[in-house]
Amino acid sequence: MRAAPKQFDILIIGAGPAGLSAAHVAAQSGARVGIVDDNIHPGGQIWRQGPAHPPSGPARALLDALARHPNLTRLCGTRVVQPLPDKRLQVEDAQRAQVLNYGRLILATGARERFLPFPGWTLPGVTGAGGLQALVKGGTPVTDQRIVVAGSGPLLWAAARTAQAQGAHIVAIVEQAAPRSVARFARALAFTPAKLAQAIRLRLDLWRTPYWRGAHVVAAHGDDRLRGVSVQRPGGNIELSCERLACAYGLLPNLELSTALGCASISYADAMAVQVDAWQRTSQTDIYAAGECTGVGGMELSTLEGRIAAHAALGRQDAARRLFAARERYRNFSRRLHAAFALNPCLRALSKDDTVFCRCEDVAYGEIAEHDSWRMAKLHTRCGMGPCQGRICGGAAAFCFGWQSANTRPPLSPTRIGTLAGLADTDAA
Amino acid sequence: MAEHIELDIDGRRVAVPTGVTVAAAIAHAMVDTLGSGVITRRSVSGALRGPLCGMGVCQECRVTINGRAHRLACQTPIAAGMRIETATDCGAPT
Repeated sequence: MRAAPKQFDILIIGAGPAGLSAAHVAAQSGARVGIVDDNIHPGGQIWRQGPAHPPSGPARALLDALARHPNLTRLCGTRVVQPLPDKRLQVEDAQRAQVLNYGRLILATGARERFLPFPGWTLPGVTGAGGLQALVKGGTPVTDQRIVVAGSGPLLWAAARTAQAQGAHIVAIVEQAAPRSVARFARALAFTPAKLAQAIRLRLDLWRTPYWRGAHVVAAHGDDRLRGVSVQRPGGNIELSCERLACAYGLLPNLELSTALGCASISYADAMAVQVDAWQRTSQTDIYAAGECTGVGGMELSTLEGRIAAHAALGRQDAARRLFAARERYRNFSRRLHAAFALNPCLRALSKDDTVFCRCEDVAYGEIAEHDSWRMAKLHTRCGMGPCQGRICGGAAAFCFGWQSANTRPPLSPTRIGTLAGLADTDAA
Repeated sequence: MAEHIELDIDGRRVAVPTGVTVAAAIAHAMVDTLGSGVITRRSVSGALRGPLCGMGVCQECRVTINGRAHRLACQTPIAAGMRIETATDCGAPT
């Protein structure tokens, strides 16, 4: 059965730091606030909860504060299927579909990892870096497993620490950025003491783990599962035995919903992000965006943007303006982050002709490379046309070939036919 | 020590800690035989695949839960008595 449409003054998509911060500000105003997230527990990726990972620190404080607001409705385990006319969104959870009406919408859809295909990356046991962290927080056992963490950026350290705390042995952290870039970034952490403290804590926790810079994984080996990896380092190649490889190259904003809503995107660092003005307002009336979907910059920046977006959506420009200076400080951090961990162009050559590039449709790199645009490659090879709809190979194609992905079409994620059929009934009525 | 609940993975009765995801439950059930190599599905050309992104984006962790195909193991919490089917038996693609 279809539930009656729900009406919200402010509807927020995404329950990570940006979405929860926006919800907190909005709920305090007494407005009818809704927050939608596809995960079972709120927190997003950085505050992801799990059986051995209850919320703590700022996440705990925020969730406790939100629990005191009866005017806040939480829709967990709920995905947005598609935008509908007249400020409505169709969503579905494991049981049912429904339509949500909103006055103002705040997009806090976050980011996903960027994967670059390399030989062996489809072997079971190879995950993303944040992917490993998420799986471990969900209860996946890693005790006594040897894990190589590779790719780029500070997330490698956080992922390594989460796995280590659950009993894994971190064989090495393999960072593609050059040693002097990383060193410059580390020195500049003095401008953001909270980030500096995090970095020092992680380094101390992992002080025995080798940290190779200017290095990257060139291949993963194994038959039915992962047995080891080859790493190219400045001093020469090295083979490592391991049961797991956690490898990803930074984060990419999630733009499917913003694009479907007609919000403009801009180029941000080496990716695309939702375009927002000083008030976190998108190019569409009554739609705001905050957090990693507007450009990857970390938890503190996301939190500030979420609060600014909510104040602005409530028409409280003065309250929003008071947060601009703090936001600018963390935007500067974000710029330093992207400069330091910019991807080495040599990574474009990671894939070999027979390397699976599109995992959903098993399309090899060589088949895709014969074409000169994402669209032509899709039409001729079916790359990007499987269940993930190019969310994984699209980011890789953007980096390897310089192709921008075409717009995602609704439904935005695999959806039950009953959900779509139910919609037809509603519209006909 | 966490409490355990029982469910069925590929016809095997297993006890896994409460509160974990289906992806984690499969890992607990397979850890003795497969180590870290959790397998959830077969690709369109038959290769074994396991979870990649851990956050509901990549669709690699699709399994059949209680007869319903294409459920994401990484985003589904376990429940007592749940029946989970993966591609480990080298049977039909999941």
